[in-house]
Amino acid sequence: MSVLIFIDHTDGHVKKTSLEALSYGAKVAAQTGNAAEGILLGTVADDLTLLGKYGIKKINRVNNEILNHLDPQLIADVLAEVVKQTGAKIIVFPNNVTGKAIAPILSAKLKAGLVSGVVSLPDTSNGFIVRKSVFSGKAFANVSINTEIKIISLNPNSYQIQEPGGTAEIVSLDIPVGASKIKALSTSKSSGDIPLSEAEIVVSGGRGLKGPENWGMIEELAKLLGAATACSRPVADEHWRPHNEHVGQTGLAIAPNLYIAIGISGAIQHLAGVNRSKTIVVINKDPEAPFFKAANYGIVGDAFEVVPKIIQAVKQLKGAQ
Amino acid sequence: MKILVCISKTPDTTAKIAFKDNNTKFAAEGVQWIINPYDEWYALVRAIELKEKDPSTTLHLVTVATADADPVVRKALALGGDEAIRVNADSHDCYYVAAQIAEVAKQNSYDLIFTGKETIDYNGSSVGGIIAGLLNMTYISLATKFELNGTTATVTREIEGGEETVQAALPVVVSCQKGVAEQRIPNMKGIMGARTKPLKIMEPVAIDMLTSVVSFDLPQAKAGVKLIPADNPAELVRLLHEEAKLI
Ligand SMILES: Cc1cc2nc3c(=O)[nH]c(=O)nc-3n(C[C@H](O)[C@H](O)[C@H](O)COP(=O)(O)OP(=O)(O)OC[C@H]3O[C@@H](n4cnc5c(N)ncnc54)[C@H](O)[C@@H]3O)c2cc1C
Repeated sequence: MSVLIFIDHTDGHVKKTSLEALSYGAKVAAQTGNAAEGILLGTVADDLTLLGKYGIKKINRVNNEILNHLDPQLIADVLAEVVKQTGAKIIVFPNNVTGKAIAPILSAKLKAGLVSGVVSLPDTSNGFIVRKSVFSGKAFANVSINTEIKIISLNPNSYQIQEPGGTAEIVSLDIPVGASKIKALSTSKSSGDIPLSEAEIVVSGGRGLKGPENWGMIEELAKLLGAATACSRPVADEHWRPHNEHVGQTGLAIAPNLYIAIGISGAIQHLAGVNRSKTIVVINKDPEAPFFKAANYGIVGDAFEVVPKIIQAVKQLKGAQ
Repeated sequence: MKILVCISKTPDTTAKIAFKDNNTKFAAEGVQWIINPYDEWYALVRAIELKEKDPSTTLHLVTVATADADPVVRKALALGGDEAIRVNADSHDCYYVAAQIAEVAKQNSYDLIFTGKETIDYNGSSVGGIIAGLLNMTYISLATKFELNGTTATVTREIEGGEETVQAALPVVVSCQKGVAEQRIPNMKGIMGARTKPLKIMEPVAIDMLTSVVSFDLPQAKAGVKLIPADNPAELVRLLHEEAKLI
């Protein structure tokens, strides 16, 4: 019996959300008296033995290029076979774009209870109960998984990466891969360097910034802080910013360590997607803006005066470090 | 062409989120219900556009819900669609809902099944994938564009770190998000017409409960905002560095 962690990769590299899933899976294994093992499908450039440092002793591979491309049915078929061969009883996915595509199909194929958007370790004192974000971040649900095989999809930025150390043994599995029914025509990379869902710091702008020409200072501040940029819905609707930056109830829900909201009123639908951020800074010229109620730090002032001064101060700080 | 659009009722985005019966149930009293925005704005509108282009298309809506969802279903029919099917059961969890819809789909063999990318209440993002898994249909998730050419779908979808345009032969299940279509407001003709469109009630099939909600709770309230004078933003930077240790 084991805990199997799905290791996602993009452009040949294993990304942060998967390292969180590995750390989480290792802990779940320890908690339930199981072994933790990873499964990586497709081809990567990374040295996979190094993933052992997250507490994983064994990484299974199906080294087939077809699996680099997201065909959820095809991948779920392979995973179902991996689950059979490894006898895995708990399967952990990162709840990223890939996890959201594959985990439900695996759930259907194995008739295994799936809970996605999980934010903390399971409670195994009486059954198997996981905590997930619901109502777009406005509440949590504690959900019991009632099947023998359980699938958990872990929200990004919800579990701290742990590095107990060690190296992993790599095991190649020989599993036949079918033909894909999804043909790739073209791809385009998103604009920012740091994916929004993974970012630890996010600088976000709203309609208070008046127009797309004023985003220079947002991007500069983000760059200085190693942050991703985001925006409110009307900003994306008016095409001031690309729609993949839209956060909130009908956009992306994020949980960075630091969320800096500039010229955003803090409407309930916006807060829904960002209120799991650990620290919130609000810069708004209206002292009555609802966002201040959800903030840890605030400046009541004109963004066009305040933000350049913040940039100055950050430059000084970084220069002094 | 036969299209099925899955819709769900969700609390209005401004609804107060509170729980009752020892935090085991959502307190729905006084709550306004809406069609889940992803289902309405993107999945349903795109399906209606496809039917407008090819009027021979059959467009069905399906929801798994008790009778209190009927007004929301009528509102969806006011936007478009030939008929709606309501599977008369609580939407227990993603698997339960998807298995009921898969049952409906088996009887009608649709070429295209659309869902929203997730509901704004349960945030499962799983119903479309489970339907595809149960019916062994091609699944394309998080679509931002959808075009149809004969029996070939050309879809732009979100992938990790960007977007990808792909092609697949029908039948397909597609989960839709922003970009697929633009929100529409129902007109008077639509609203009047919706009253006479068929809303079929089907009894659910027996499906095991793979998961069950034990309790709900609310996040802890913030301690209160620390305000920094507008003429001294450097103080904010100092606090973020020394107190919060975030930068
Ligand atoms: C069903 C539904 C779903 C929705 N989903 C989302 C969602 O997912 N995400 C989302 O963001 N919204 C969503 N909305 C929209 C939401 O209700 C708000 O309309 C939106 O968040 C407002 O965006 P904003 O704060 O940028 O703009 P505004 O509300 O116009 O606020 C602009 C703010 O900027 C401040 N400001 C102006 N000038 C300056 C200046 N010079 N310096 C500093 N501050 C300044 C103003 O005081 C004001 O507070 C949704 C709405 C509905 C009905």
